[in-house]
Amino acid sequence: MVRTIDEINEKIEKDEVVVLTAKEAYDLVKEEGVKKAASKVDIVTTGTFGAMCSSGVFLNFGHTEPPLKMETITLNSVPAYGYIAAVDAYLGATARSYENPEYGGAHVIEDLLSGKRVRLEASGTGTDCYPKKDIDTKITLDQINEAIMFNPRNCYQNYAAATNSSGTRLYTYMGALLPKYGNVNYATCGMWSPLLKDPEYRTIGIGTRIFFGGSIGYVAWHGTQHNSAKPRDENNLPIGPAGTLALIGDLKSMNKRYVRGAYFEGYGVSLMMGVGIPIPVIDEDMMHQLSLGNEDIKTVIVDYSVASRSRPIVREVSYQELRSGFVEIHGKKVPTGSTSSWALAREIATIVKQMILEKRFFLSEPVEPLPKDRIVKPLEVRRR
Amino acid sequence: MSAEIVKKKLILSFSPELAELPITYHLVKDFDLVVNILRAQISPEKEGRLMLELEGEKGKLERGISYLQSNKIRVDSLEKELFHDKELCVNCGLCVGVCASRALVLDENDELKFIKEKCVMCGICVKVCPRRAFKIEL
Ligand code: SF4
Ligand code: SF4
Repeated sequence: MVRTIDEINEKIEKDEVVVLTAKEAYDLVKEEGVKKAASKVDIVTTGTFGAMCSSGVFLNFGHTEPPLKMETITLNSVPAYGYIAAVDAYLGATARSYENPEYGGAHVIEDLLSGKRVRLEASGTGTDCYPKKDIDTKITLDQINEAIMFNPRNCYQNYAAATNSSGTRLYTYMGALLPKYGNVNYATCGMWSPLLKDPEYRTIGIGTRIFFGGSIGYVAWHGTQHNSAKPRDENNLPIGPAGTLALIGDLKSMNKRYVRGAYFEGYGVSLMMGVGIPIPVIDEDMMHQLSLGNEDIKTVIVDYSVASRSRPIVREVSYQELRSGFVEIHGKKVPTGSTSSWALAREIATIVKQMILEKRFFLSEPVEPLPKDRIVKPLEVRRR
Repeated sequence: MSAEIVKKKLILSFSPELAELPITYHLVKDFDLVVNILRAQISPEKEGRLMLELEGEKGKLERGISYLQSNKIRVDSLEKELFHDKELCVNCGLCVGVCASRALVLDENDELKFIKEKCVMCGICVKVCPRRAFKIEL
């Protein structure tokens, strides 16, 4: 059995398409097997929602009269990067306010999306074509020209879970880690996660149309730190961090429910993003991959008390065990917490399914595949 | 719809010069509260302390507390309460693993359930929540 994207889109057009969410597909395959399920189902929808630090938005503010070349820029006291022509800036999600350390770029993005007025302060040196030297004004999302979200690294394929063997509490981007293996925190949405359902990037590539923060977006490139050469297990799945996606979309058309600022105590600001990707059932192998459950998907638990690039691995664990609320470490029952919202991941997968059934979302063929041979290189600090 | 009647046990701490302020009179007269003094410790030179039980309409009680605070009186509650804001919460579950009394759990729909009766007010979830969805209320 082989199915093309064109055939599937035709079926969407004719109201004949069969779409299931990741959980529904899992249940169907359990009942009827891969072969039968593959012949019935055209698309399986996935979703994820969680902190994705490597995010931000390109803004074009428009020109003042007389014009100003904006070099230093703050939005609600959060620094943005100027130096992109005269009135373009990039606001990074993790940039922190000079006034309130719990407020940052991600919160400015959420405020803009909520329709709030945001204070823009900018200054430049003053030149013949840009004589103005500074401004202090208020902007809204509607009023500025563009707000293009471009996130260099989202949708981690898999991620290591975190624990802490030391005697003191640690505050990390994986949340608070209590002393003496007091808890374990994990980060992906398990069987809902897009890249765990298409682990070899057979259907997700450059140009793939996605659900991005409540609107339509696209895969722009492979993400930074795309570690696609990571070894795979018997299920074709990487254990621990692997592939990533760079995503692009229009902030103006997003929904604030899926774009939320976050502050991790002792770590800083991050942006929580919701992403959904429908995966076409192009053949039986794809259906098999799509039917894997939390019991089949594994990651490692690493010890964050070692502040080094390569932290020791405590053990391997399935998402089923992580999701049960407790994992066992050295014979002890340790409670687990998640940094991602599985409730929102499921909601997104369900919405994408609905959008397809209502012909508001058609699948796209990747323009180019994602590279499969990438590794992540460390940075060596050299004296000379 | 009748207003909700609530009861709160509070400890008021104030500097000696405020001892003269007719607090209880204002709470009764301006905010319709029933005031029950449980314990008082007032001396001319030291910081004064009053343990009160206040009873009245929720809104009026809150305004009464603000009145006290605006008069530089520190108000501590004997029964603080943890408030969970569902609008801010994204149901991630990061708070679940740190709650030793299991007052926070993810339910079968992957949504956060706060079991108030189990909460011991340790406050760790307040710090841990990346959405700042918990508040400790007087
Ligand atoms: S950590 Fe905060 S946002 Fe996450 S589930 Fe708990 S209350 Fe909700
Ligand atoms: S205050 Fe402590 S006991 Fe209460 S819910 Fe939060 S973590 Fe649990």
